[in-house]
Amino acid sequence: MMLQTNKNKLRKRARAEWRFRSYGILSLLFASTALVFLVSTIVSSGHSAFFKTTIDFEFPLDAERLGIETPYTWENLWAGSYYTAVKQALYALFPEVTSRPDKRALSRMLSPGAELELRDYVIAHPDKIGESVSLEVPVSSDYDQLYKGHLPRTGKHTKLSAQQMEQFDRLVDEGLIHYRFNPGFLTGGDSRYPELAGIGGAITGSFYALLVCFLLSFPLGIAAALYLEEFSKDTRMTRLIEANINNLAAVPSVIFGLLGLAVILNVFGLPRGTPLVGGMVLALMTLPTIIIACRSSLRAVSPGIRQGALAMGASPVQVVFQQVLPAAMPGTLTGTIIGLAQALGETAPLLMIGMVAFIANVPATPLDSSASLPVQIYLWAESAERGFVEKTAAAIIVIMTFLILMNLLAVIIRSRTQTKVE
Amino acid sequence: MTFIQLTLVFVILVLASGVLGWRRIRIPQLADGIRPRSRAIYHGLYNALWCALPMLLVVAAWLAVEPGIIRPAVLDELAANSALIEENSAFKYVEIKNIAEGVLPSALADKSVLQAVDHYRTLQQQSGIVLTILFITAGLAGLYLGYRRLGHLFPARDKVEGFVRVFLFVSASVAILTTISIVLALAFETLRFFQHVPVMDFLLGTKWSPQVAIRADQVGSSGAFGMVPLFAGTLLIALIAMLIAVPVGLFSAIYLAEYAHPVARSVLKPMLEVLAGIPTVVYGFFAALTVAPMIVDLGHTFGLNASSESALAAGLVVGLMIIPFISSLSDDVINSVPYSLRDGSLAMGATKSETIRKVILPAALPGIAGAILLAVSRAIGETMIVVMAAGLAANLTANPLESVTTVTAQIVTILVGDQEFDSPKTLAAFALGLTLFFVTLALNFIALHVVRKYREQYD
Repeated sequence: MMLQTNKNKLRKRARAEWRFRSYGILSLLFASTALVFLVSTIVSSGHSAFFKTTIDFEFPLDAERLGIETPYTWENLWAGSYYTAVKQALYALFPEVTSRPDKRALSRMLSPGAELELRDYVIAHPDKIGESVSLEVPVSSDYDQLYKGHLPRTGKHTKLSAQQMEQFDRLVDEGLIHYRFNPGFLTGGDSRYPELAGIGGAITGSFYALLVCFLLSFPLGIAAALYLEEFSKDTRMTRLIEANINNLAAVPSVIFGLLGLAVILNVFGLPRGTPLVGGMVLALMTLPTIIIACRSSLRAVSPGIRQGALAMGASPVQVVFQQVLPAAMPGTLTGTIIGLAQALGETAPLLMIGMVAFIANVPATPLDSSASLPVQIYLWAESAERGFVEKTAAAIIVIMTFLILMNLLAVIIRSRTQTKVE
Repeated sequence: MTFIQLTLVFVILVLASGVLGWRRIRIPQLADGIRPRSRAIYHGLYNALWCALPMLLVVAAWLAVEPGIIRPAVLDELAANSALIEENSAFKYVEIKNIAEGVLPSALADKSVLQAVDHYRTLQQQSGIVLTILFITAGLAGLYLGYRRLGHLFPARDKVEGFVRVFLFVSASVAILTTISIVLALAFETLRFFQHVPVMDFLLGTKWSPQVAIRADQVGSSGAFGMVPLFAGTLLIALIAMLIAVPVGLFSAIYLAEYAHPVARSVLKPMLEVLAGIPTVVYGFFAALTVAPMIVDLGHTFGLNASSESALAAGLVVGLMIIPFISSLSDDVINSVPYSLRDGSLAMGATKSETIRKVILPAALPGIAGAILLAVSRAIGETMIVVMAAGLAANLTANPLESVTTVTAQIVTILVGDQEFDSPKTLAAFALGLTLFFVTLALNFIALHVVRKYREQYD
């Protein structure tokens, strides 16, 4: 009897043990599934944005028909009417389309980038005028999405008529449609047309903002950490500073945006929407991370180094700057890179200091208005155009690549110094 | 002089003063070989500081004073030539500046503006000349004054090190300055907001529609600034997030700390860290693109009508984002429970799960509570996910399938795009910001206090 109940009890306890354990496994499973799901969603909807659909045209470069006047100066070449030329080339492929509405529907196939491509080609090769050249020009977003399979052919979400799709399919069958790598996506600026939009401007803006952020927060963070760790006495002031740093690390990012708006823009009057201001706000947010990282690596420097240097007659400032700080540098750098990686992903404060305007060109200096990578992602995600969905996901792939690279760098620095100490 | 020229002059003067100070000790002054009190390099640094600081001060003063002198002078000139209306002046001044700097074409402006532009240019030139003269004078004077003090008996190192210490202290105070300026900036704008809207209407009002009509006789001209629906929405989303994040995060931490094989741990822990490193805007995109439609579809299969911007979608994704936060903090806390407690319980015959539930978790509870409070403050302050997935309709509802809005989403929506700084709508964002700041401050304060108190118990 007794034995039986004990066995039951044991079995119950073993079951409880098993249950408890499986909760843990389930939790980790949930987290990893969510991560895999997130990453696969983004990669599957974003990878095609690195490619573009082009159409192969035969252009008769006739100076008269292009409306180019002699001599072939840059201005004269630039002023040519390339739009008509591209349309004519398209109509030539479909001689049976004659009525104006049909022609208009057909011309929807062309991206505004097509005429720019032709214009750039003619400007680069004025000697080719009079000859006939074959050139690949981009198709417009709807056709691009159709070719990539993102646009349903039937149902209420189709955007193209049956005739338009049939025309496009014929070009595909004739082998005139190509699928090419799209370097413009990585180097170009933003555009109203999804097929022409690029993240070059956003990458440059983010780079400048991070540069400003680094130049401000790195020296300031190290100086603050040195003061707190090496020179401060445990006074009220020191404790107040420490409490403030811990608190700032947990203040929501929108609050920093409000600070940037009210103080940096409205009181100091710095130019709105520039990487300079963005970098300043990000620096305030990164500062606590750097201070905390630098302090903990200062604490890890062996006291022998300090005492040895002091015994040799160095002053406290000399000890800190010539011995302790160099020894603490790898840890500080690791923390700084992680802080900068966080800053790279920050969006809300940048939105609030005005880095949301539509900027089509790549900024030349930190004082030019510009977008930044996360803001560009936000802007495209909010856009109603279907073609921007893949652009958004692709921009996310790019920003995640940068984040992974930065974190790898941090890991490498950390592991290299660890082997050195051993 | 342009900015680059000024920088060049600065660099040259500072370098020159540094080299001069350095040479001062190199010249054998006293033949009987008395060693200088400080090394030559410190004399150089000291002299360079004396040269650099006055120049920086001049530039700072110039930046602060110049607009205050030029602006009224230019506007006076404009007012003398045309009928300038007072409230128009800010706009006109920007126009004048832009024309003078070549941003705007001058062809379209009328004559009085062009005169003002000329005046602006002359003033700008004059002030540039004054700046240059003051700048160079300050640098040379500093150089001379510093150099005069140098000598074999001069304690240059002590002076330089004293300056370094002051600099370090000032850098550390930046944290305090930031906090003070956050509070001051928010409080100042909030006070202005309360001149338009009574405090009680803001704190207790249940209607939020910040759109203020331009003309007073339009419908809804007053706007409503009741904060309650926003906070209710924020709390609803935070609650959903915590319902996901607390069990998942906590059980993950327990499994990683107590059960997982070291190899599994070395794979799974970085995976959770990856989850923490993903920018929130990415989560927002994921919520809007994938999770929200999924919830709408799921709702349909159960015959429920879910909004495409439901609180559930935003809350779920915020929860996903918070998981690593809770798991890594709890992991630390669980690992810091002394091994003697664990071993004692196991020795008494308790199973592993019994040990965890009855010994480790109670011992770690204050730390875990602190972690959860910090996570709540994160969830409340989270911005991009709710901006992108939670919508803007200020519904006062507890139904997670409906659309709600949050404090942070409203702040961003109000302030993105063009703002006038006098409308109660813009000022409302600052009042919301101040409230948010104090709520998260209180949560963080309690959480850190709890965590610290717990740590002392076992250390």
